[in-house]
Amino acid sequence: MSMVFDGAGTRTWKRFTPRQRIARFAIYLALVAGIVASARSVEVIPEFLIDAPAQMQDLFKRMWPIAWAHYPRGVHDSLVETLHIATLGTILAVAMALPVGVMAAHNVVPFKPLNYLAKLILVASRSVNSLVWALLFVAIFGPGALAGTLAIAFRSIGFVGKLFGEALEESHRGTIEALEASGAPWRSRFAWGYWPQVEPAFWSIALFRWDINVRESAVLGLVGAGGIGMALDTAMNLFQWDRVAMVLFAIFAVVVIAEIAVTQIRKRIL
Amino acid sequence: MIAPRWGFRLGWVALAAYVAYALARLDFSWPRFVTGLDNGARFIARMIPPRIAQPDSLANGLLESLQIAVLASFIGILIALPIGLLAARNLMPPWVSWPARALIALARSFHPVIVAIVFVKAVGFGAIAGICALVVGSVGFIGKLFAEAIEEISLKQVEAVRATGASFLNVITFGVMPQVFGRFIGFATYQLDSNLRNSTMVGIVGAGGIGGTLFSAFQRFDYDFVAAILLSIIGLIFAGEVLAAWVRGVFLARGKVEEE
Repeated sequence: MSMVFDGAGTRTWKRFTPRQRIARFAIYLALVAGIVASARSVEVIPEFLIDAPAQMQDLFKRMWPIAWAHYPRGVHDSLVETLHIATLGTILAVAMALPVGVMAAHNVVPFKPLNYLAKLILVASRSVNSLVWALLFVAIFGPGALAGTLAIAFRSIGFVGKLFGEALEESHRGTIEALEASGAPWRSRFAWGYWPQVEPAFWSIALFRWDINVRESAVLGLVGAGGIGMALDTAMNLFQWDRVAMVLFAIFAVVVIAEIAVTQIRKRIL
Repeated sequence: MIAPRWGFRLGWVALAAYVAYALARLDFSWPRFVTGLDNGARFIARMIPPRIAQPDSLANGLLESLQIAVLASFIGILIALPIGLLAARNLMPPWVSWPARALIALARSFHPVIVAIVFVKAVGFGAIAGICALVVGSVGFIGKLFAEAIEEISLKQVEAVRATGASFLNVITFGVMPQVFGRFIGFATYQLDSNLRNSTMVGIVGAGGIGGTLFSAFQRFDYDFVAAILLSIIGLIFAGEVLAAWVRGVFLARGKVEEE
């Protein structure tokens, strides 16, 4: 890209090596090719697209006025259930993720096979979407909040465990070496050497995941895993769009409140 | 040492009390859990070995998910960049940045699957609804991170460019963009990755992609096909992650001095 000539013109400084240039060019080319190929082959039904603004208008007309009266009977309980699913799911996830995260950190557990096993668990947990986890648990435990809670928990293990393991790996050796030198057993080394260093990161990860889980638990009901998504699904199946609007507003309010709460707590304790 | 210890114990008690209360409220019971484990064993037995029951619908679904992810990321980033720039409080006056920030917050607050429901109603079943839904999500995510990245830049370079009498567009191109490009590559690849994950899901509500195939296989109790679909989704996402890491490596590598 940029080229600077030295006085005689024999030595040049180039920002990129030829290999880097080729790699960059290949990425740009692949990107353009991918976008063009996708745009040309994706299935579009023109009638639907032309119709879209009218449909949108129709949708908003049906949503208005919002059925506020529906809240006490049909929304409140499932909203509270959603919050319980998110919170309990996060607690379960943290409890399960702590040992896995410790196992994944190679400086705490200097045993390669165990590290790889932990990494495998974390990747498996993260690559399955929470909706898929919910489908699986609905098939196992039947519809309801139990399936939702387990789905949230299993999806979060990967996230919490990965970040916690990385925080452990970044901790400084100083105090830990001092503890080792004094002959401290494994548990003391962890409690007094590692834990104080990763505690802020731990709380921050748990809070962050709870915030995400509040969002995610709102949709689990679409596959029958409890919470406010069930209310949404029912209202949609009956085409009661004013009630759908009520549910959407409730989800929006809870998500915003959760985010504000997390920001405030983070400011206070971290 | 004693006072914090008591707080600590109180915290554990409160946690245990909450867990017990929430478990009771959500109707958890031991027999139900045990029956579930039984079901689970049968369920897993039916998943093995995975079987590709409908190769066509699997291949088409995966391809459509990929298309949704690529197009949604491209359009989403294209829309998110100007909005993120408008939302940066150090470059824009409050009457510009607040509406932009509100738009970003609104786009971020709904799960892509919920946004997909609205778009399925608006533009009908199929990939377009999925693309629209993921565009909204991408605008929220990229817009937020891009605005934050711009807010953290050093204003010295911006001032230096401005002092040369550069136009607003030149200030952005030469004062702001070089400072945020590295981070932009980081979250653009992350967003592509995340859109790929979500594009496999929006099909559950009819917005195109492999999700629809997955959901109908679930409803037909074709659990061996479900297992095959899940494995191929994980494969696709893993390939996407490897590719994203490679792209990040290419763009974030430092230049070298080269002898000629």
